[in-house]
Amino acid sequence: MDIANAFALLSNFVIVPAIAYGAQLALGALGVTIIFGILRFANFAHGELMSFGAMAAILATWFLQASGVSIDPLPTALLALPVGILAAIAMALLTDRFVFRFYRRKRSNPIVFAIVSVGVMFLLAGLIRIIIGPDDQSFSDGARFLFTVRDFKKATGLEQGIGVKQTQLITVVVALVVVAALFWFLQKTRWGKAMRAYSDDEDLALLSGINPEKIVTIAWVISAALAAIAGTLYGLDKTYKPFIFLQILLPIFAATILGGIGQPVGAVLGGFIVAFSEVTVTYAFKRFLAYLGPQDWAPEGLVQLLSTDYKFAVSFVILVAVLLVRPTGIIRGKVI
Amino acid sequence: MTKKVPLYYGAMGLILIAVGIFQSWTVAFGILNLCLISAIMALGVNMQWGYAGLFNVGIMGFTALGGLAAVLVSMAPVQEAWSAAGGDLFLSLLCLAGTIAAILYARRTVSPALKRYVTLALLVAGYFLISHFFIPATERIEAIDPALSGYLGGLGLPVILAWPIGGLVAAGAGWLIGKISLGLRADYLAIATLGISEIIIAVIKYEEWLSRGVKNVTGIPRPVPYEVDLVETDWFLSAVSSLGLSDPSAAAGVFVKICYALLFIAVLAVIMWLAERALQSPWGRMMRAIRDNRDAAAAMGKDVKARHLQVFVLGCAVCGVAGAMLATLDGQLTPTSYIPLRYTFLIWVMVILGGSGNNWGAVLGGFVIWFLWIQAEPLGAWFMTVITMPLPEESGLAQHLMAGSVYMRYLLMGAILLLVMRFAPKGLIPER
Repeated sequence: MDIANAFALLSNFVIVPAIAYGAQLALGALGVTIIFGILRFANFAHGELMSFGAMAAILATWFLQASGVSIDPLPTALLALPVGILAAIAMALLTDRFVFRFYRRKRSNPIVFAIVSVGVMFLLAGLIRIIIGPDDQSFSDGARFLFTVRDFKKATGLEQGIGVKQTQLITVVVALVVVAALFWFLQKTRWGKAMRAYSDDEDLALLSGINPEKIVTIAWVISAALAAIAGTLYGLDKTYKPFIFLQILLPIFAATILGGIGQPVGAVLGGFIVAFSEVTVTYAFKRFLAYLGPQDWAPEGLVQLLSTDYKFAVSFVILVAVLLVRPTGIIRGKVI
Repeated sequence: MTKKVPLYYGAMGLILIAVGIFQSWTVAFGILNLCLISAIMALGVNMQWGYAGLFNVGIMGFTALGGLAAVLVSMAPVQEAWSAAGGDLFLSLLCLAGTIAAILYARRTVSPALKRYVTLALLVAGYFLISHFFIPATERIEAIDPALSGYLGGLGLPVILAWPIGGLVAAGAGWLIGKISLGLRADYLAIATLGISEIIIAVIKYEEWLSRGVKNVTGIPRPVPYEVDLVETDWFLSAVSSLGLSDPSAAAGVFVKICYALLFIAVLAVIMWLAERALQSPWGRMMRAIRDNRDAAAAMGKDVKARHLQVFVLGCAVCGVAGAMLATLDGQLTPTSYIPLRYTFLIWVMVILGGSGNNWGAVLGGFVIWFLWIQAEPLGAWFMTVITMPLPEESGLAQHLMAGSVYMRYLLMGAILLLVMRFAPKGLIPER
């Protein structure tokens, strides 16, 4: 029995990466859920919006790096993040003004909105690939590790170490700050309350004199800002690949639906559940169990539920299962 | 039938002929073949969306299943793999059947309160039982000469058979998927089908014993002659010289493409005829009634869910046929090439541009959009050349923009979709 080593191993390969990934998913899912709560449609362009914000942040990062601005040991991308946020907000408001507003006035049904958002997705995908190209971009600088596996081993004397990348910590901290700010906004401010009222009962909210256009604008601003932050953090933590964002859209939808559509708390919960499922289902527990068992004993096989190839597929399975078993999600969301 | 239909089709034909004259006939027939396949896919989506209003965003998965069927029907079987692991595979199949039977039986007999837990327990038990036989078997299969085979191979039958079989496979998957997800509201159905199609691709990509996965299957046998054989046959050479063509190998390439085109036109004609007949029959009227007013149709005694499932399966089958044809035309199955933008959303643009609910529109949309998708690259390059004119030859920006011109096609498709949805939501050929 060697609980400390077992835990260290699990932390390094499962818990730490899953928390970082979960934070990114949670930010993305919050953006989707807010648009769903206010405009009542599934925004297929959200992944590309994340990509767009991240792209703007990367361009700004390169500009800062070229001008010699640095906040070492923190990555320059943090300084550039506001640029990404503004770009994503501008793009979201533009698409709303020229695309979605027309259908809102016509009171089109949600499918029409979804199809139109596919058009926006195509446009953004093309734009991003023309501006930054289809290749992977790496833009993180500053210190790589908060502490490495080796540091940890030295400090504790354990066989197994935990390494925490700086980007992972930044992801979690930024996510915490953003989520806290969002919840404060929704619970305490006048506009936040107006948004919740509008989401719960549109007619009643309109009767109370809430201006729907303003609500929609705020929803887009928040959603786009969250998208840009999530996209940039995801790019910092892994690398920025333009085509990955259509793939990450599904885990985000999974998190949104799992938490309950239109429920911010649910979106955060869902993000972490999806991330942990993806990582644990595809992790081989052999060494972990070997530490917990008696001396010199190891289980046969890898003790892995699914091969690592299926990492992304796990979230799709969760998505489909939730839709079938409990489509309202953990925290009862919008009625289907 | 309005006057517009022959006009549009005539214009499309003329454009393809113009491509033949100005670019080359190889290009023209190459585009034509994929236009035909796209048109079939668009017909499939049009059945689901145009007849019944089902928002299926999982077309890619059904297309890929059709492609898989092409491999499993036409490739030669790998005997060693069958002898090495056939027994264990059969056992795991039995376990799978047993698990499903046990779950179905348990769900009938167990009290409702325990239903979910019993199902879950049986699922987990079944999973471990199946993997006990299945994983070693697949490892043995994948170990056999991985550079050349490493999979079970197919049945070694003529590849044309794969087309209807691809349709059947996709229909089976469609039935299963429709059964579990058609109760969802439209946009949830979209998300669910998108997820399911990604799962299908993941399985084809990583189950190497079945499809060779990312190692790809190449050399799927052709239903038409090979160019190398053609240039050695006497009748072909004499035909070429009597037509006054100088280059027999180029002529052979075009001839092969024409053969494919004829086959595809035959398939398209059959599907089109059936689709039109269905649409004009009482069944078609009923489908439109359900689409336009679900509650009224249900009150009239129409079984809405069953009809939706029916039309969903039909649409999936058509997409499966198209997928098998596509793999046949390419002569290979490359799972990594299946991306939603190209195999799902592009087909949607075709249907919406052509006119939802109108089969002639869907076919026309398939032609127009595929043509633009292919020609957007030279168009984009030309456009970029024009806007980078003022820049010097070696400027980084100009070169970057030229490299990005390939992706003009995404912009173009997005623009088409948005403009059609906004200004002509009924499409080029509206529903009658």
